[in-house]
Amino acid sequence: MEDTHEGPANATEYIVHHLTNLHLGEGFWNLHLDSIFYAVTLGILFAGSFWFAARRATAGVPGRWQNFVELMVEFVDTQVKDSFHGSSKLIAPLALTIFCWIFLMNFMDLVPVDLLPEIGVAMGIEYMKVVPTTDLNITFGMSISVFLLMIFYSIKIKGVGGFAKELFFHPFGKWMLPFNFLLKLVEEIAKPVSLALRLFGNLYAGELIFILIALFTLSAGGHTLTETLLNVASPDTIAYLIIQVILGLIWALFHILIITLQAFIFMMLTIVYLSMAHEEH
Amino acid sequence: MSINVTLFVQMLVFALLVWFTMTYIWPVIRQAMDEREQQIADGLAAADKGRSDLESAEAEAQTIIAAARDQARDILNKASSRATGIVDEARSQGEDEKRKRLESAQQEIDVEVNRARDELRHQVATIAVAGAEKVLAREIDAEAHRELLDRLAAEL
Repeated sequence: MEDTHEGPANATEYIVHHLTNLHLGEGFWNLHLDSIFYAVTLGILFAGSFWFAARRATAGVPGRWQNFVELMVEFVDTQVKDSFHGSSKLIAPLALTIFCWIFLMNFMDLVPVDLLPEIGVAMGIEYMKVVPTTDLNITFGMSISVFLLMIFYSIKIKGVGGFAKELFFHPFGKWMLPFNFLLKLVEEIAKPVSLALRLFGNLYAGELIFILIALFTLSAGGHTLTETLLNVASPDTIAYLIIQVILGLIWALFHILIITLQAFIFMMLTIVYLSMAHEEH
Repeated sequence: MSINVTLFVQMLVFALLVWFTMTYIWPVIRQAMDEREQQIADGLAAADKGRSDLESAEAEAQTIIAAARDQARDILNKASSRATGIVDEARSQGEDEKRKRLESAQQEIDVEVNRARDELRHQVATIAVAGAEKVLAREIDAEAHRELLDRLAAEL
């Protein structure tokens, strides 16, 4: 444990360290404490701040924060009304939660990669992944929840018989029953899998690139920020730092687009999948 | 990187968040927005109504003013004709009075003239009688010749 305080010895160790979750338990009972901690914290931040606006919401002149919350609600409501033709009390709040929560979790990617882990190390926490959406469990947790809702609504709207009929007799009629089922199975399974993997892939790659950019500091001679600052006099260090700052800035600016887009895509596809579940074929 | 219990914890957290949003955030915000929408719609309708009310009130005011103007003109006309009437009446009364006065004065003059003439006649008769007395040198019995003298006075 002592040596981790001195920072990683080489690039590989640094990267692996950054990609390891703080966990509790083994095997299936392995709980990623860092992912859950940040997911819950950001979830509470979202719910709390929006609840704050909702509690003081007035029909009169809205304040700044209420205005922003209403903007988000209106934005999500428009998307839902455009894609989903039915009445459901669940889908719009679901979409709002998905968009805001995923955006906040993605946003952790823009926090400097070493900032929170270093604070964690200072507090005696060895490993820490700060972006919950770079954890497959988190993305699959959400996409499987959406998948269960899809099945629930399919059965609720079409009945068990209707749902079974859709599973077995489409698109090729009753004589191709096993093939139909296989096709439908692939089609349905692909939805949560692609939903989760798309978000995970984008964010994982983004995080990895931030880690690679951060390697410049390591190359500059310091294993930690403090050491780098002590070595700041050397021209090499200065050059590396400038390169890192420029690359980091470019990637962060680009990443603002990605995190918003990924949150939006997850929300939109959820709405679309649920509206498909509501439709009779 | 493996699938483990984290996934189920995340599903639970997700479900709780969605439930919270669905119960305490979405309906409240939506209701506030709908209410405001209603208020704005009401306000616009009220503004429209106010504008049309104003227009109709202005039109009404115009008709009232026109009526008042007509009435005023009527009153003025009546007053001026009345004034003319009064002046005319006064003038004709004046004329009448003048004529009456003239007539009564004329009558008085006539009466006075007649009286004077009568008196003159009497005096002439008397003078004539006296003259005749003198001429005839004898006294005429006034009583006996009254009829003669009266006839003479009437002829004069």
